[in-house]
Amino acid sequence: MELVLAKVGNGGRNDARGYLSHRNDTYTANNQEHLRMKSRENLIQFGLLIIALSTIVILLLIALFILKEGLPIILRVGIKGFICSTHWSPQQGQFGILAMIIGTAWITAGAILVSLPLSLSCAIYLSEFSTPKVRGTLKPIIELLAGIPSVVYGFMGMVILFPLIRNYLGGAGPSILTASVILGIMILPTITSIAIDSLQAVPHSYREGSLSLGATRWQTIRMVILPAAKTGILSGIILGIGRAVGETMAVIMIAGNSVIIPKSLLDPVRTLTANIALEMNYATGDHRQALFATGIVLFITIIILNIIAHTIARGGVEK
Amino acid sequence: MFKLVVGMLLSTIIFGCAKSNVETINIAGSTAFQPFAEKLAEEFMVSHPEIRINVQGGGSAVGIQAAQTGVAQIGMADVVTLPKEAEGLKSIVVAKDAIVVIVHSTNKIDGLSLQQIQGIFSGKLNNWGQVGGENKKITLVSREEGSGTRDSFRDLLLKDTHLAPNALIQNSTGAVRLMVETDSTAIGYITHGVLSPEVKALKIDGVNPSPRNIRKGKYNVVRPIFLLTKGEPKESVKEFINFILSPQGQKIIADNGLLTVVK
Repeated sequence: MELVLAKVGNGGRNDARGYLSHRNDTYTANNQEHLRMKSRENLIQFGLLIIALSTIVILLLIALFILKEGLPIILRVGIKGFICSTHWSPQQGQFGILAMIIGTAWITAGAILVSLPLSLSCAIYLSEFSTPKVRGTLKPIIELLAGIPSVVYGFMGMVILFPLIRNYLGGAGPSILTASVILGIMILPTITSIAIDSLQAVPHSYREGSLSLGATRWQTIRMVILPAAKTGILSGIILGIGRAVGETMAVIMIAGNSVIIPKSLLDPVRTLTANIALEMNYATGDHRQALFATGIVLFITIIILNIIAHTIARGGVEK
Repeated sequence: MFKLVVGMLLSTIIFGCAKSNVETINIAGSTAFQPFAEKLAEEFMVSHPEIRINVQGGGSAVGIQAAQTGVAQIGMADVVTLPKEAEGLKSIVVAKDAIVVIVHSTNKIDGLSLQQIQGIFSGKLNNWGQVGGENKKITLVSREEGSGTRDSFRDLLLKDTHLAPNALIQNSTGAVRLMVETDSTAIGYITHGVLSPEVKALKIDGVNPSPRNIRKGKYNVVRPIFLLTKGEPKESVKEFINFILSPQGQKIIADNGLLTVVK
């Protein structure tokens, strides 16, 4: 009996061992029950640890796989030839993705430009002006926007935005502008809900202090609350950028997918994700590797964005 | 935890081994022929309940690869000539598919010459006025690199001219058609089987792509659809291919807009 108990103590927590040495001779039924539960708890804890670790293992495996498939072509073409060339025509053996990097950058920047004013004013209203009841109804509704499948957004862009842009602005319809507007709406819930949370996290004493000094409500928001919530809002924006960079389906439908460097907002572009999704079905050999290499570039971009978001968020907490 | 693991194991065993005496044939490849293969398989399985047919897409390259590796018993490919990857496979042509150049139904142009089509798709001609239409910019719509339709279009019409880089790329026949349906200045190419009233198929060098002209061979922008098998096919696979080539199978193909190969 003692052996079993000692084992449990060794395998588990220090406090259990301490517990044992103190009350070595006076086992009660209660104690045994307690220890049995303790050992079960340890088992569960271990199981959960394995499951948690497995997600990290999955991430590592994905990273390794992409690297293994994509690195050879980057090494062959050279990083410069891959990232700084605009000639993408895999069947002729040309693998330059600069046009797609630029396309991704344009669309993402456009999406943020569209989304930021909307989501920020939305967040300010819901956090500072609305009653809790209104906030309780509107916030879930905005978050519902995130639940609409992206193919639906893409379809809306095709049937509603294409004719509008073609008739009033010119061009063919699929363009940086179309994609930016649609993506802007798609990342709206991400930025809005994080911005609301960070505005609400500003201590109430800030508001009271500012108002008691004679500042108007707007002055309070602009000069006290927004600066105080800045880090949270920034990390929200960066998560929004991450989502815009990674969006695929809607972008394929509305960006036009031409591999050119755009000269105006009405030109079509192809993004990195669209490039992979468009051609993966058919690609073999070098072409396939080049698509995996495109994946490496995306992967690194997203990792960098996430690191920035985390650093900003942590900075916010320390303050 | 333990229950969970046992449950997982059990479900793996149950789903993994749900085999019975039904024989399965896998078919993969060309997305152009996929809907036809699905219809044919459906009909075939009614009369042959002991055989199950799974039809998957993936594109012609996937079809060839799947047949080579044995993942699929039958590969589908819709290419003008079989590439060297298909070496060693037994091939049979089960249908033919015409590619038509389409414009919006309100476009004044009814036909173009081969040179004009090459000029337009290579970007040298970029205004409808240059080919006798209204003074409007031409919007090019194409399929993505590697698509069987795009490869066939290149082999049959573009030949040595390269597609203009500013062409819009859509990744399915339906999306190309939708672009042309909604843009009065667009030009694209799709398979003959999926024409809609909102788009107009152009005459090429004066030949109208009517079903009659295609059947007679006058309209010759036509590609064969291959079924590929590795080595001598199994009895059930043979039976299915014979069904496709039978009058009943060829009727299904003709009813849905492809060209039959057997009279």
